[in-house]
Amino acid sequence: MSQTSREMEALIEAEYAQGFITQIASDTFPPGLSEAVVRAISERKGEPEWMLEKRLQAYRHWLTMDPPEWAKINHPAIDFQQISYFSSPKPREKLESLDQVDPEILATYEKLGISIDEQKALAGVAVDAVFDSVSVATTFRERLAESGVIFCAISEALRDYPDLVRQYISSVVPYKDNFFAALNSAVFSDGTFVYIPKGVRCPMELSTYFRINEAKTGQFERTLIIAEAGSEVSYLEGCTAPMRDENQLHAAVVELVAMEDAKIKYSTVQNWYPGDQDGKGGIYNFVTKRGECRGDRAHISWTQVETGSAVTWKYPSCILRGKASVGEFYSVAVTKGYQQADTGTKMIHIGEDSRSTIVSKGISAMHGSNAYRGLVRVAAKAENARNHTRCDSLLIGDRCAAHTFPYIEVKNPTAKVEHEATTSKVSEDQLFYCRQRGLSEEDAVSMIINGFCKEVFQELPMEIEHQAVERGKSDAKHKEFNRQCGWQRDP
Amino acid sequence: MLSIKNLTASVDGKEILRGLDLHVAPGEVHAIMGPNGSGKSTLAHILSGREGYDVTGGEVEYLGQDLLQLETEERAQQGIFLAMQYPVELPGVNNMTFLSESMNAIRKAQGRAEIDTLSFMKLVKQKARQVKLDEKLLKRSVNAGFSGGEKKRNEILQMTMLEPKLAILDETDSGLDIDALRTVADGVNQLRSAERGMIVVTHYQRLLDYIEPDRVHVLAHGRIVRSGGKELALELEARGYGWLLDEVAA
Repeated sequence: MSQTSREMEALIEAEYAQGFITQIASDTFPPGLSEAVVRAISERKGEPEWMLEKRLQAYRHWLTMDPPEWAKINHPAIDFQQISYFSSPKPREKLESLDQVDPEILATYEKLGISIDEQKALAGVAVDAVFDSVSVATTFRERLAESGVIFCAISEALRDYPDLVRQYISSVVPYKDNFFAALNSAVFSDGTFVYIPKGVRCPMELSTYFRINEAKTGQFERTLIIAEAGSEVSYLEGCTAPMRDENQLHAAVVELVAMEDAKIKYSTVQNWYPGDQDGKGGIYNFVTKRGECRGDRAHISWTQVETGSAVTWKYPSCILRGKASVGEFYSVAVTKGYQQADTGTKMIHIGEDSRSTIVSKGISAMHGSNAYRGLVRVAAKAENARNHTRCDSLLIGDRCAAHTFPYIEVKNPTAKVEHEATTSKVSEDQLFYCRQRGLSEEDAVSMIINGFCKEVFQELPMEIEHQAVERGKSDAKHKEFNRQCGWQRDP
Repeated sequence: MLSIKNLTASVDGKEILRGLDLHVAPGEVHAIMGPNGSGKSTLAHILSGREGYDVTGGEVEYLGQDLLQLETEERAQQGIFLAMQYPVELPGVNNMTFLSESMNAIRKAQGRAEIDTLSFMKLVKQKARQVKLDEKLLKRSVNAGFSGGEKKRNEILQMTMLEPKLAILDETDSGLDIDALRTVADGVNQLRSAERGMIVVTHYQRLLDYIEPDRVHVLAHGRIVRSGGKELALELEARGYGWLLDEVAA
């Protein structure tokens, strides 16, 4: 390997800034999974009987399933009996308001740059904070309620709006969908519930911040977002976890429902602990995310920046059922160290004139392995469906890998499906050129990478920009991303 | 300002420079000519700090310092500019952003204040007109999809913006039509000043019709075999390199 490649590797050997552990008393189930555990989770959450039935149904089905083996990832088999399925910080006393959130937890979120104190929070952003298996705080609920928007933990929604949850949960991702969706349907703990009434444009950015803290615990988030006809919402999720030597499982299910003329923009900044430089530890991230454009002209847009996790397996998808409905997927996935990602999307065109856009940017460095896997399916009735896919891979160094697995199934002759793909390397010529113009190697690498990801960064909501501006930086999205990847150190 | 003494260098164990001497004073324009494979580009690359060359002997002094000890970007920050023979494409990196980042990195290293956006925009537009670079190209990615001529103009634009102390032009004339050649030469001539040194590396004499050098050096087999005034370039144009190489060999 050349001198330059070695130097480049040194640059991207990131330190994981969010790897601290919060010392807090918690109430954690002993490891192991059984019907009794499923019942205990449901009971702990005070769920209605029908929800328990659904969980048990999912659990029984899960027992008959095998983990998927088709993805371009390699990891030791997960022992599902070694995982604890529920962990909650122990309340010191009965909590009445935010003032009574454990100060340690508040401090944790402050440290992560997320304020769950409404007084200090960024204007225009409401946050649901999920710590291990429970939602510890949800801000600005009253202000949102004025517009009829429901924004709360899904366990609360099950108590307060059971009919609404019952109508929509598992309607986009049925429990039989796949191994991890079945597992999640059985043991999901917390996540966010969002309901935007007809014609309402959600007055704030909504966001959920997921934190795994407890050791040997899995996190099984469940998020459900419903946008009624003519409504609009932008939602952002962030994820981090402490550095631990053992692998931890995060298996989430996210369901989006967009009715006629509704628009949902869902953004993810995933920075779970990726493991150390030798590939030890890190989160296994097996996630099923799917949105359905149920009404005509409905619009669902997924944007993801995946920099963390030891293993990522996720395909945020759109079912384009409505006429002229629109699905979008914008993704940046970074794999370095020994990280592996198999990620992409599915665009299922059912409605006439439905359109979809896929932009995927994979960056691999060191021993990282990055696979794009995407399906574009045009059903027989989907007249004039259109898809454009652009799939680019960037390699840094000479020991990483990039793979592309596009699947295209077209059953209607009027469809127009385009697929473009490129693979490139950060070349020594490029680095020399930048350095000859006075830029440091570090800045040169980050400039080239940011240039590569530009189309996706443009899709990120302003909130990320604000967060970074708060920290006193310009060119915020890029620098925030660099910081997260470790290409640029925190000031 | 630049003093090269008995420089020897090799690439992958193959000796390319075999005892090269060159002295450039402020205000002087030196042309380095020579047949293909004589080591012209190697010299340009070693001066600007490109990796992959082993300097096996000799010394290079630049503004009183040992140039070879400086990192590539430090050389740039201290005023060395290389206009490249094959300018590199940087997809997704905005041409203007790149130029302003570069300018500010250099200014910062020199302890000067960063240029404000407004002044920068004014300056870059003015200079782009000067080198006849379409303003639209300023908004595109660096060199991405530019024609050969556009890439070279973009190099000259960067050079005029960065105002280097020592400018090295590596075969900037290659692949240019006569109009582009003239524009590039105009850009270079406008930069000529009493404080600035220039090294123009070229295979052909024609660039020197427009950029009149103070000294012309012929590089062959890794050594400067003949130096003279601008008339040497004309002689080479008329007679080729063969006679000179024969003379040197004799």
